[in-house]
Amino acid sequence: MEAILDIRGIRKNYEDLVVLDHLDMQVKSGEVVVIVGPSGCGKSTLLRCINALERIDDGEVVLDGKVINPQDKQLSKVREKIGMVFQSYELFPHKTVLQNLVLAPVIVKKMDRKEAEKEALRLLERVGLLSKQNNYPRQLSGGQKQRVAIVRALMMNPEILLLDEITAALDPEMVREVLEVVLDLAKEGRTMIIVTHELSFAKAVADRVVFIDGGRIIEEGEPGDFFEHPKTERLKKFLHSFAYE
Amino acid sequence: MGFEVLLKGNNLARLLGGLGVALKISLLSVCISLILGTVLGSLMNDRHPLIKGVLRGYLEIVRIMPQLVLLFLAYFGTTRVLGINISAQTASILVFSFWGTAEMSDLVRGALSGIPPIQYESSMALGFSDFQTLVHIIIPQIVRRMIPLSINLITRMIKTTSLIMMIGIVEVLKVGQQIIEANRKSDPNAAFGIYFTVFILYFAVCWPISKLSRYLEKKWEA
Repeated sequence: MEAILDIRGIRKNYEDLVVLDHLDMQVKSGEVVVIVGPSGCGKSTLLRCINALERIDDGEVVLDGKVINPQDKQLSKVREKIGMVFQSYELFPHKTVLQNLVLAPVIVKKMDRKEAEKEALRLLERVGLLSKQNNYPRQLSGGQKQRVAIVRALMMNPEILLLDEITAALDPEMVREVLEVVLDLAKEGRTMIIVTHELSFAKAVADRVVFIDGGRIIEEGEPGDFFEHPKTERLKKFLHSFAYE
Repeated sequence: MGFEVLLKGNNLARLLGGLGVALKISLLSVCISLILGTVLGSLMNDRHPLIKGVLRGYLEIVRIMPQLVLLFLAYFGTTRVLGINISAQTASILVFSFWGTAEMSDLVRGALSGIPPIQYESSMALGFSDFQTLVHIIIPQIVRRMIPLSINLITRMIKTTSLIMMIGIVEVLKVGQQIIEANRKSDPNAAFGIYFTVFILYFAVCWPISKLSRYLEKKWEA
């Protein structure tokens, strides 16, 4: 199957620090790719480069056969196709849950407001938050906010969804409610790139796991092999750092 | 108690007229401060050290200088040295705008820097253009943060107009003094009645405004 996202040799520096070092990666339609790696390895930067929130110093990102160009006036058109969910939720604090959800479809996609609200309510029900539609973000728990943020990204019906450590800021008891939503999306066949530290979740959701260190892909594979039979020393060491004996 | 004086001649109407003068000056200054303050405030986070330095310096000067000194400087000081002869009203509008713009720009700066950069990013990631992000995401948040604070500034300005009688403007307090002087013999208690009335007038103007500010703050608390 054809790759819908093609990352070709991207390089990203902060001054002298190389964050991404000529990294290549392809994602096929319907594929769930989980990226793991030590902090500071460049995995979040990679996601931010994909939708041009960061400028890249070399290489290119191709979505649907089209190069994403940060200078492009039509950049926002491309970003519509890429959903992104952040660690810190970033709901709009001055809008209710429902308003948060319909704002982008109505303003950016010129969708009919009634239509957008119908879709929003359908998705809210799916993530179990229908009763919160008129609440403000400050009235929600972290887990609820993150579920709303996921729905907000879905409202644009993106071709690919980028999840950037979406459970890292949550209390442990709220992690599951968010990850279950993601598992559900994976079953539905959504194309996703997920950066996470939840290895057991990675195992459950991924079609392919990618280990990044020092801005390069060190090892990748389907989750069974990846976690049970790591080939490289660096991955072995990384996985070992999560184990308690 | 000295309230009878109010009903003599057109004394009450004169007091209200004086209040009108005070309100006119503060309202004009507030409008000017809002516009200029917003412009300067958005420049205050500028990366250019010179722009930043000049604006910081301006803010510090305004904070340190008593408004009365500024008024004297603008009205009496400029006449001979610079050879400009501005009316007392113009001088006070200038001084109040000079003061208000500085305070306002600091409020705008604070509100702007209080919005985390990732709010812009999450908006852009949804496909909003820069302009749409500003209009739908950033400005509404800034306005909500700023309105309660700027209303505070408005009440402070109205109160401070009591100083402009010092450069000869006949505003509410000055009218009050004139009435008291004129009735010294017939109504020796007028001082209490008149000043109390002036107090009530200031209160009647400022209290609803400050009430509104508290209401909005509650409504928009983030």
